[in-house]
Amino acid sequence: MNKIWLIIKREYLVRVRKKSFIIMTILGPLLMAGIIILPTYLAMQGHDERIIALHERDDFFSSKLIDSDNLHFVKIPDQEVNSIKADFSSTPYYALLDIKDAENFTLYANQQVSLSVQSEIEGKLSDIIQREKLKLAGIDLQIMEGVTTDIEVETIIIGEEGETTGNAEVSFGIGFMCGILIYMFIFMYGTMVMRGVIEEKTSRIVEVIISSVKPFQLMMGKILGVAMVGLTQFMLWVILTLIISSFAEVLFFDTVTIATENAKIGKEQSVIISELLKSLAGINIPQLIFSFVFYFLGGYLLYSALFAAVGSAVDAEADTQQFILPITIPLIISFILMQPVMDNPDGTLAYWASLIPFTSPIIMMVRLPFGVSTSELVLSMVLLVIGFLATTFIAGKIYRTGILMYGKKASYKELWKWITYRG
Amino acid sequence: MNKNLLIAENIVKQFGDYTALNHVNLEIPEGSIFGLLGPNGAGKTTFMRIINQIIAHDSGSLIFDGNLLKREDIVKIGYLPEERGLYKKMKVGEQALYLSKLKGMPHNEALEKLKFWFKKLDILDWWNKKVEELSKGMAQKIQFVVTVIHEPKLLIFDEPFSGFDPINAAIIRNEILDLSKKGTTIILSTHRMESVEEICNNIALIDKGECILQGNIEKIKNDFRNNSFLVDIQTENLSLPESFEIISKVEKEYQILIKDNASANDLLKALLPNGEIISFKEKIPTMEEIFIKTIKNE
Repeated sequence: MNKIWLIIKREYLVRVRKKSFIIMTILGPLLMAGIIILPTYLAMQGHDERIIALHERDDFFSSKLIDSDNLHFVKIPDQEVNSIKADFSSTPYYALLDIKDAENFTLYANQQVSLSVQSEIEGKLSDIIQREKLKLAGIDLQIMEGVTTDIEVETIIIGEEGETTGNAEVSFGIGFMCGILIYMFIFMYGTMVMRGVIEEKTSRIVEVIISSVKPFQLMMGKILGVAMVGLTQFMLWVILTLIISSFAEVLFFDTVTIATENAKIGKEQSVIISELLKSLAGINIPQLIFSFVFYFLGGYLLYSALFAAVGSAVDAEADTQQFILPITIPLIISFILMQPVMDNPDGTLAYWASLIPFTSPIIMMVRLPFGVSTSELVLSMVLLVIGFLATTFIAGKIYRTGILMYGKKASYKELWKWITYRG
Repeated sequence: MNKNLLIAENIVKQFGDYTALNHVNLEIPEGSIFGLLGPNGAGKTTFMRIINQIIAHDSGSLIFDGNLLKREDIVKIGYLPEERGLYKKMKVGEQALYLSKLKGMPHNEALEKLKFWFKKLDILDWWNKKVEELSKGMAQKIQFVVTVIHEPKLLIFDEPFSGFDPINAAIIRNEILDLSKKGTTIILSTHRMESVEEICNNIALIDKGECILQGNIEKIKNDFRNNSFLVDIQTENLSLPESFEIISKVEKEYQILIKDNASANDLLKALLPNGEIISFKEKIPTMEEIFIKTIKNE
C-alpha cells in the first residue's frame, strides 16, 4: 500500500508540475469564461446604428416604418436614387430599400447585407402589410392585440418528497453539461494514462519498477494518480471560472449599463430567476453532485484501465489505433445517445443505456436531473462498480504481459492469449 | 561457500504452447558470482523474471535463503534487467530517490546512501540534471546504483556491461567484485565469455529451456580438457607416431591430441627429435569453446 502511494504521488506531481498542465488550467477557465461573457458582450456592443435609405412613390411604408435601435430609415427623393447606387461609400447609407409596390421590395447595397438587417426589414414590412390586410378585412386591431396570449405550463412532479416544480429546460441543461464533462474527462485522462504506460515502456523503465512492485500496483498507481490530476484540474477550473467571470463582469460592463440593462428586462428576469430557483429546488442537488463525482470517477476508472491495457500492448502511440477503436465506440455511442435520451428520459433506451456500465456514466447523468428512482440509480452504480472491477482485472492481465513485450506487434489473438496466461 | 542462497527445483514456465523453462534445477551458492549463460531465447530472462517475481512459474519451487521465496523477499534482491531505462523527463536525483523508496528504503537512508554512491562513482554533479541530458553510459551508471542501493543479498545483472566504454566497464566490474567480496551473491547473465571467465566462479548453461551444464567453472574446464597440447616447435616437417594426432596448425603453433594411453611425456619424447621446442603447454578449453561445444552437442 505504501508503494502504491509512492507511485500515485509521482504520477500526480510529474503531471501537475508540467507546463502544459499549468497552461491548460489557466487557459481552460479563460475559454469557458469567454464562452459565458462573449455573447453578452457582443449583444451589448452590437448597437451600431445603420441608416437605410428608403425610396417609394408615396408615403405608405415610410410613414409606418418605425426606427429601431439598429435601423434608422430615411426617405430619399427620386433623383438621389441613382447617385446613391453609383457610389455607396460616399453616402451615410448602409443600404437602399427600393419599394415599387406592396409586392416588390429590393435592397441595394455595396456589400452582402447582414442577415439580421435583412430579416429585421422583412419582419417590419410584412407586419405592416399584415395589419393593412386585417384592416381591409374589417378586423379591429385592438381586438387583434387583445387576442395575443402567452401561455406557460407549470409542471409539477409528484415524487417521493412530495410535489416539486419541474422545468424540462433546466434539467436538459444540467444533464447535458454533466454528460459532456464526463465524456471529455474520460477521453482526456484515459489517453493520458495510455501515454504514461507507453512512455514507461519505450523508456524501458517498466521492468526496473516491476522488480520492486507488482505490475498491477504500477497500473493502479498510475490510474489513481492521473484521476487526482483530473480532479485537481476540474476543481481549479470551477474556481478560476467563477473568479474570472465575476472579475470580467466588473471589467467589461460598468455598473451603469448593467443597471439600465437590468431595468429594461428587470421584471422578466426576476420572473425567470425565481422560476429557475423553483425548478432547481425540484432537483436533488446533493444527489446530483454525489452522482456526478461517482460517475465521473467510475467511468474514468472503467475506461482508463482499458486505455492502460492498450498502452501496454503497443510500442508507440502510432500503433494504438486498432485497439483504441473498440474503446471509443461505446463512448461515442453514449455521446450520440444523449439527445434521444433527453427527449425521452424514461424510455427503454434510456433505461438500458443508463444501466450498462460502458454507457451509464454519461447517460445516467443526462437522465438524473429528470428524476430517476433510487433503486434504479443504485443498480446502475453497483453495475458500474462491477464493470470497472471486471475491466481492471482483464486490463491488468493484458498489462502484466504487454509491458514486457518489446518490438512485437500484438494482435487481438495475442491479447486473448495474454489474458489466459496463468499466474 | 557450502550453503546455497538460491535453489530452483523443477521450474516449469509455459507461455501458451511454448515452453520457456522445462524442469530447470539450479543451485546458486551463497557468495558466488554465478554466470547464467545460454544462447538468445534460451529462457535466461524468463528465469530471472521468475526469481524477481515479475512473472510466476507454473510449477516447481524456489528456495531463497533456506525458505520458499516470498513476496517480501523482493527487497533482498536487486535486479538490473537487460531492457532498462529511466524516466527521461525526471531529474536524476529525484528519480534515484523514487526508485530507492520503491525498494522499501526510508527517505533519509535512501538519500544518504545515494549521495555516497554518487560520490563514489563520481556522478554527484548530475543530481539535478534531467535524464534526457545524459549519455547512455551515464544513465547506465545511475541504473547500476539504484540496483545495488538497498544492499540486497542477491544481485542479478543482465548484460551489465552493455553500453559502457572499456574504462567504465572496468569500474562497474570492480564494483561487482567489491560487492561479491562483501558477501553478496551475484547472478550475471552475459554473452561476453571473457567477462565470465574473468569474474565468475560458477556457471550454468541453459539452452531451449533446459539447464544442460552447471557447476564450478574450474571443474567444468577440467572436465572439458581433452588431453590436447599446444606445441611451438621449429621444424619443417613434423612427424609423430600414430598415438598422436595433429589437429591444427596456426602460425607455428601445433595443436596435438594424445590418443590411446600415451602421456604428455610420451608426446615430448616424440617431439624432441623433430627440432627445437619453443613452448609446450596443455590446451585448456575457454568458456567460449565449452559454450559452443555444449550447445552444438545438444
